[in-house]
Amino acid sequence: MFGKIQKSILALALVTGFASAGAASAETLINGAGATFPYPIYSKWFSEYAKVDPSVKFNYQSIGSGGGIKQITEQTVDFGASDKPLSDQELGAAAAAGGKLLHIPTVMGAVVVTYNIPGVGKGLKLTADGLTDIYLGKIKTWNDPRLVKDNPQLKSVNKPIIVVHRSDGSGTTAIFTSYLCSVSLEWTRKVGTGTSVKWPAGLGGKGNEGVAGQIKTTGYTIGYVELAYAFENKLPVAFLKNKSGTFVEPTIASTSAAAAGAAKQMPADYRISLVNQPGKNAYPIAGFTYLLVYEHQKDATKGKKLVEFLNWELKKGQKMAAALLYAPLPANVARMVEKTVKTIKY
Amino acid sequence: MCQAVDENCKDARPTGDCGGSVPTEAETHSWKMEKGVSGDFIFKGVTVLFAFSILAILLLMVVEMARESLPAIGTFGWRFVIGRDWDAVQGNFGALSYIWGSVVSSILALLLATPLSVGTAIFITEIAPKKAGGLIASLVELLAAIPSVIYGLWGVLVMAPWLQKTVEPFLNDRLGFIPIFQGAPYGVSMLAAVFILMIMVVPIITSITKEVLLTVPQSQKEAAIALGATRWEMLRMAVLPYGKSGILGAVILGLGRAVGETMAVTMVIGNTPQISLSLLAPAYTMPSVIANEFAEATSKLHTSALMEIGLILLAVTLIINGLAQLLLWSVTRGQQRGGRP
Repeated sequence: MFGKIQKSILALALVTGFASAGAASAETLINGAGATFPYPIYSKWFSEYAKVDPSVKFNYQSIGSGGGIKQITEQTVDFGASDKPLSDQELGAAAAAGGKLLHIPTVMGAVVVTYNIPGVGKGLKLTADGLTDIYLGKIKTWNDPRLVKDNPQLKSVNKPIIVVHRSDGSGTTAIFTSYLCSVSLEWTRKVGTGTSVKWPAGLGGKGNEGVAGQIKTTGYTIGYVELAYAFENKLPVAFLKNKSGTFVEPTIASTSAAAAGAAKQMPADYRISLVNQPGKNAYPIAGFTYLLVYEHQKDATKGKKLVEFLNWELKKGQKMAAALLYAPLPANVARMVEKTVKTIKY
Repeated sequence: MCQAVDENCKDARPTGDCGGSVPTEAETHSWKMEKGVSGDFIFKGVTVLFAFSILAILLLMVVEMARESLPAIGTFGWRFVIGRDWDAVQGNFGALSYIWGSVVSSILALLLATPLSVGTAIFITEIAPKKAGGLIASLVELLAAIPSVIYGLWGVLVMAPWLQKTVEPFLNDRLGFIPIFQGAPYGVSMLAAVFILMIMVVPIITSITKEVLLTVPQSQKEAAIALGATRWEMLRMAVLPYGKSGILGAVILGLGRAVGETMAVTMVIGNTPQISLSLLAPAYTMPSVIANEFAEATSKLHTSALMEIGLILLAVTLIINGLAQLLLWSVTRGQQRGGRP
């Protein structure tokens, strides 16, 4: 009785063992690690791409941009992912380790300002100076004349502003602070930009959900979260005054418009900040998220499969972005990226 | 097992059923001895290996953390421990606000949790009817099984708004003249962290204290009552002194949990590195800053500074533990002296 069961288990184990070994020899496994922000769209792409090319399997660990940069520099993964372009120093370190590292923009994200003012609905209008001064702690109450000028409904709200920011290091914070730097000299001097900075004012919430939770449960708060997160949770979002002087609602279209506006001065390595771009409909706090790929691929099979995937992602994959609340690359930028992908050698 | 086989053999010997070569009495004896010695030897070896592997892991951790934090130690020296400026952009790191947050939140939580837990344990073991006591004990132990992220979520979604709307304005209005109750009510604050930690350490202290109190000999309690002690006097004279060192041990274990707690505290403390006397102000702790910033720390100095915070956390835990041991020692010594006629 037992012998029989044991034998059948053994047989089963052998069969599955052979089967998996057989599959492994035909299947290419490509490992990647990095940013958490694009994880939903990447996993969608990888599962869709498995139908296009069943011989390749992607494994993506969303450990954060910092970890992604570290791992691709150490070449423990086949591609990295980051929400922020690498600094010259980081690129130098990668070049010393494995040759030229390319930035491949995949999709775009935006950071939106959300708030909770009892009695005031959606559509708060904020200027660059107003937002900066709130985060610098210089505008302390909601009925400050600088805010009331564009929002007459705030006139009677004599309440202190509770500022909320991300407490964990994140690409969202990097994009948000780089926007504040681009519009304010004082912010650049006092705080600067980075994945975590020394905040002059406010409370820290962990993750998008931490910031949003704080804002939902506490009145008279203001904070920033990713566009997708704000949409999914139906948070009220503020309209921001852009470089051209219009108040723009954060949407997928207005995020893409930011990259379209920047296309003219796009550097060859795409290391450009998309904040505060010209264009009537350009939402001012937007950024690319990148895949980091070495120009010279050491493993020819993996390199070939990776390039095939990138080409698919730039055409078919872009159409899936909007459904998951990511802004697709504008057509002119996508064409530029395709040319860059062609330069990958394997 | 050995013994049993031997016995069987002895019984079976007359019929010659015990295999071809029947061992003589002397052989059996020496064989038994040998087996016993080698078994003991292996057992001893295994336990030594286990004990030392734990030491080795600890040592490896400390060495690795120290090695990783060398750049920060080299750059800042003592300024790291006494500095308050934490600026990843400028590459300037000082950990005092985090040390302050960790130490203050854990100690206050313990101050609140200890009387609550000891009271609960006394009620369970001495006062409540057996069935009710058992029910309460299992409910308290259930609290210990709740994951800390659940405490955190409850803290940020339920407790913090309640603190902000009800408790903190009340404290501010009535007791606002005391510095620890000054400032705007944000909800997320040192107070919220203290409450969450208190709720999290109560089950630990309560269940250990309960076990300690159960070991108090019945005769000792009866002796106290026979001398005419009331129930309270019996507890004070016979039960609590007997369990003193055990209860202190329970408090130390609770402290360990409070100092190291990361997730729940991060969610309710407000994550603002500042040193404020007010309990209503947000603060920041050492485990929280590591959890928050490590994943996205890109500069070497930043990672190194976070590693050094880990090292300091270890040191703070050791120091607090040492102080508690000292307290334990002085209390038990006092008890012995007091016990003498």
